[in-house]
Amino acid sequence: MSTLSALARLRALREGRAQRLATVRHCHLSDRPMVLIPLRLAGEAAAPLAAMAGTDPDHPRLLVVPQPRDRDLRFAFTAELAEVVLPYVEGLQKATETVERRGAEPYERCVDAPQLLVPNPAGVTFVQLLGRSTRFRRAEGPYAVHPSVPVLGRWLTFFGRRAQYPGSVLLAAATDLLSLHWATGQSALEDANLASLLGWIDPPPGMSGASAAREAEDPLVWPPAGPATDPGFDAEVLAPAIRAYQEAPGERAAAAVAAAVRSQLEPTWRLMWRAVDLLRALPPGGGAAARWEGDRTAFTAFAAQLAEGAPPQPRRDGAVAAAARLARMERARAVYDAQRAFDDPLVMAGHRLAGEAFTGTVVAAEPDRTEGEGRGRKLRPLLVVRTGDPVRLAAGARLATPARRGQRADVVDVAGGEVTLKIVKGMGRGTTATPGAVPQVGEVVCYAALTDEYQPPAALPAPEETPWTHGGPPPEYVPAEDDAEEDWS
Amino acid sequence: MTRTGGRRSGAVAVPATGAAGPAGLSPAAEAGAVVDAVLADLPRHRGVVVDSPPGAGKSTLVVRAAGHLAAGGEPLMIIAQTNEQVDDLIVRLAAAHPALRLGRLSAGDYTAPARVTGRAAIGTRLADLGDPDVVIATADKWAWVGDRVWPWAIVDEAYQMRSDKLLRIAGLFERALFVGDPGQLDPFSVVDGDRWAGLSWDPLQSAVAVLLRHNPDLPVHRLPVSWRLPASAAPLVSEAFYPFTGFRAGTGPEERRMGFATGGMRTAYDRALEEAAASGWALYELPDRHTVRTDAEAVRAVAVLATRLLQRSPVTVSERGEHPVTAERVAVGAAHRDQVAAIRAAGLPAGVTVDTANRLQGREYDVTIVLHPLSGRRDATAFHLESGRLCVLTSRHRHACVVVARAGIPELLDAHPSADAVRLGVPVKFPDGWEANQAVLARLAEHRVPAAPPH
Amino acid sequence: MDRLDRLRGPEPPRPHDARAIAALAANPGCARRAVLDAAGVDKDAVATHLGFPAPFGRSPFAITRGDAFEALVKEGGGAELLRLLRELLGLPLPLAGYTDLADVGGNPSAHLRHSHTRRLIDRAARDAGEAATLYDHPLLRLEIAGYHSYLEPDVVAFQLGGRFHIVEIKSFAVVDGQAEPDKVAAAARQAAVYVLALSTLLAELGHDPSRVSHEIVLVCPENFANRPAATLVDVRRELAVLRRQLARMTRVGAIVEPLPDTLTFDLGRDDGGVPRRPVAELRSAVREVGARYAPDCLNTCDLCFFCREEAAEAGATDLLGRQVRDELGGVATVAEALALADGSLAPDDDRAEIARLLRLADRLYAEVS
Ligand code: SF4
Repeated sequence: MSTLSALARLRALREGRAQRLATVRHCHLSDRPMVLIPLRLAGEAAAPLAAMAGTDPDHPRLLVVPQPRDRDLRFAFTAELAEVVLPYVEGLQKATETVERRGAEPYERCVDAPQLLVPNPAGVTFVQLLGRSTRFRRAEGPYAVHPSVPVLGRWLTFFGRRAQYPGSVLLAAATDLLSLHWATGQSALEDANLASLLGWIDPPPGMSGASAAREAEDPLVWPPAGPATDPGFDAEVLAPAIRAYQEAPGERAAAAVAAAVRSQLEPTWRLMWRAVDLLRALPPGGGAAARWEGDRTAFTAFAAQLAEGAPPQPRRDGAVAAAARLARMERARAVYDAQRAFDDPLVMAGHRLAGEAFTGTVVAAEPDRTEGEGRGRKLRPLLVVRTGDPVRLAAGARLATPARRGQRADVVDVAGGEVTLKIVKGMGRGTTATPGAVPQVGEVVCYAALTDEYQPPAALPAPEETPWTHGGPPPEYVPAEDDAEEDWS
Repeated sequence: MTRTGGRRSGAVAVPATGAAGPAGLSPAAEAGAVVDAVLADLPRHRGVVVDSPPGAGKSTLVVRAAGHLAAGGEPLMIIAQTNEQVDDLIVRLAAAHPALRLGRLSAGDYTAPARVTGRAAIGTRLADLGDPDVVIATADKWAWVGDRVWPWAIVDEAYQMRSDKLLRIAGLFERALFVGDPGQLDPFSVVDGDRWAGLSWDPLQSAVAVLLRHNPDLPVHRLPVSWRLPASAAPLVSEAFYPFTGFRAGTGPEERRMGFATGGMRTAYDRALEEAAASGWALYELPDRHTVRTDAEAVRAVAVLATRLLQRSPVTVSERGEHPVTAERVAVGAAHRDQVAAIRAAGLPAGVTVDTANRLQGREYDVTIVLHPLSGRRDATAFHLESGRLCVLTSRHRHACVVVARAGIPELLDAHPSADAVRLGVPVKFPDGWEANQAVLARLAEHRVPAAPPH
Repeated sequence: MDRLDRLRGPEPPRPHDARAIAALAANPGCARRAVLDAAGVDKDAVATHLGFPAPFGRSPFAITRGDAFEALVKEGGGAELLRLLRELLGLPLPLAGYTDLADVGGNPSAHLRHSHTRRLIDRAARDAGEAATLYDHPLLRLEIAGYHSYLEPDVVAFQLGGRFHIVEIKSFAVVDGQAEPDKVAAAARQAAVYVLALSTLLAELGHDPSRVSHEIVLVCPENFANRPAATLVDVRRELAVLRRQLARMTRVGAIVEPLPDTLTFDLGRDDGGVPRRPVAELRSAVREVGARYAPDCLNTCDLCFFCREEAAEAGATDLLGRQVRDELGGVATVAEALALADGSLAPDDDRAEIARLLRLADRLYAEVS
């Protein structure tokens, strides 16, 4: 939370509607995302009650478990969900492109990837749990399930894990994506309610964001966006319907349960597509496409693993896998933060306000300045920038600039509204600067202590060489027989 | 003082005074006995852990253990966390063991400071170093070294090292001595590590935590005497931050003194400095007010106190003799980087260090001036309450510590909601930040000097 | 304490169950909540009468599931529970006794049932054999602001060799060793209430209170099955917080002192139990005690919608959350912050800094958006 976003919330309160926190869209948005709204039976960890899913706003598919405590009905539900999700996911694996790399073999990458949109972070968690409860199942043996169930489980697990990477949007929560771009006049806690968040961003005509958001809190008008259901609905509508089904299972009773949950899901379904439209209307930022490439690479690689018959993902990361994943996540975080600031002056403004970046006019430049003697002589142009920003950078800080992405500069001195910089990278080879590489006097420039530079991490041991400090080599991972037979009650 | 396993509880509290310790041992004898026990344990175990509270002679132990291990004729690797720590160790090792051949591995853009040149072979690859008896580098640098296994390693500041770093280098050694301060700041990450919560190899835990969870039988020693903290500070720091593993001061109340060669003017600043010189602590208290983080009034007070301190020509008397306090022996600490920047901008005497708690870890000064992490806040966050942060800030000094804060912190603590999440299988960390803050404040209240009203 | 009685009115004080006691620490800075809790006022009823009913409901499915799981764990006279404890503690626990302390016959008062619990616990502490004993539904009590509150007996106390553990049965799942941290935290806070009550009881009986372990046994369904699994949870931190809050409750007098003598939160129920007090009157009574609203209240306090409305009316920056309020460095109202930002309000000395920051933010916002 920066002073800038705090101010944006204040303005939202004054204006009666949400204020922009970004000038561009910081997430890739698929042309054909799949919206998935899962509902869970209250009191259970991952007992699906219903879901609404699909890629066509006008034709949602409703999946219902008329008796959520019935194991067979649950697996029937997951098989049905697989029918919706798998064709979508598999269809996108067909078209690929060849990616050339410097110093490495070219590889194939899918030109597009699936994008699952759920209403809120709890929806992401539910997808993870659903993946966990289905990926170990088997199509043969004592508790056989439909063959598509474990495949769905692996995909959901893949999506769920990918969602933990900053900037990845293969699986994303609508409330997160919206909050990234708009500040409301309510608290972050209240923003987790999709209906009230949209009430602020896009209030109905003649209504203020505040009243729209209040109205959205009434579960009778706007049922919760899941996975938890409204307790009142559970008691008054759902429980009798399920009881009726239990007493006389059949089409009619099942249809009654379906009608009940449909009433809870449909409003959210409409909200989800409104959220998609709102996000789509924003011009895309450059980094979003770059990060989507990363998502596509991950998607392609996982599809290949599945095709090769890889076992289901283990329950938890081993020591080496955990360290490797942490390094990747930290890198994703740094890249995500830097790219958003470079793409968007409004995000950069937050950094400027914090003194970690500044914008100003070049008042002096020594483009051909060098340091060192003889063969060690290096080009090190100097730049003096006058700025009104409250710069809080110490000498030696390494900076980058959105206008010249490859360039790096070190802070030499900050005094009296002037920052002296030494350019150390991205200004040309030899001892003369490439024309245009060094900003000229009078140019308005922006420098920030952010970088999306890739620094490869040091190698990790192979899992079978896990050292004694970390428990030694783990037993080889084979999915246990009883994983597949695990109760789901 | 040996305990086994990773549990922090259950150890017997030790009287935290400069007087004779258990069995009437002098501080030096008591500390010496622990060092001997550590050295004796080395050949018996695959790993030995030594907890070292602030100023308890961690570096001295590392230097001694290095000499001890190298004397056995086997090559040794030493792992530190920052370049500065590596350089410090080289200087100390070279002084203590002039016959040892030292090597320093470093990154390409490292330039050796004057104090290091000539004392160690310096290179970016092992092959560049010749074949020294001891090779020293940062953990980050070691992670790029392969193809060799050392019989022994010493890991310095092991509680500040994240366990994923240890994982990258643990294959380089057969046995190791892990030394560090458990009371300082825990390692952290910018990403959410919940998915590994409760795992014994959680990469976000400290190297020692992970080591002990997998090897619960390794001996854990504790250095029992702080040679840095004066008798006025050791009991408080010990009780507040090391509730189950206390320590005491190596010097008695009369052995450390501080005075001023230049007279004061009875301003509030002067009185705060005099209180600190006389008692070891002072709380320079500004009126209660909620402020932005870079509270201008508090920042100015910190800067003026530092300036005034040096203007007064402070002199210290200690077991090291009588010395003037120079700017290099004074540090200013704060919680946030923007506060540090603001203090720097407010104008400090040249030579005075100003930094965040994170970066002051492991350092020592005669006098410190601290901007209290909770000053001017309306609500505390986990960051501000973290006990390690306050521990670092209040345990850097040999003589006196002046804390600058706005009134109202007790009320803030009182109103703090407790809703910490609990993760299964994650050992509870002690001390609790709330309790530690409370303990320190209660003590500081005895040394309160209200700021003069603004003119 | 008759001052608190007057504040509450003629109704008996609302008993504090463990959940309510655990929630005392949710917003300790709030005087309104402290007074209402200390006086044992039914906050839910007050909120409802004010027209702002609390948003907390529990689904019948969750209740059924919780009851079913608890029954499963206690099946066969605690045999299943004992198996879990054996596994967890790695002890070859010999056959244990299982005593249901709720079985006192008839419909005795809480006081009687408490005495029963007291007697049996005393006996267990006195001649603890090697056999383990389970005490189901022990009726414990705790002193809250001068009143003895009897705690809903929904835990099991487990005794072995004179040491006691509190066993808390919860129906949220532990999947691959982890459960939702908020739920575990809530369970730990509640269990800490029982740990404290049980050790207080032991102390009263002249036994060593530290014979109650600070590690509670949490029994939850494992993964996606109904099969229970037990985990030890260290509740020392929760205990420390609880002790602090209970000590604060005894100091509530300082908050009550300056309140008008005639102040009461009495709902004025008629003979049929229907509240008849004019709402406006009750509203001013509640407003007499200062609140400290934060969005977290929406999860923790029955009065949340009322206090939120009040904060909104006042244009308080509290409405936007603690972090926002923190960024605004002490500016309490939205209007003031906005006026400082657009320069229409000249800051006093105290506000000069935040004003500078807000003005800069305002400038940057205008410049780039
Ligand atoms: S909802 Fe109101 S009474 Fe309850 S804690 Fe929050 S501010 Fe206090």
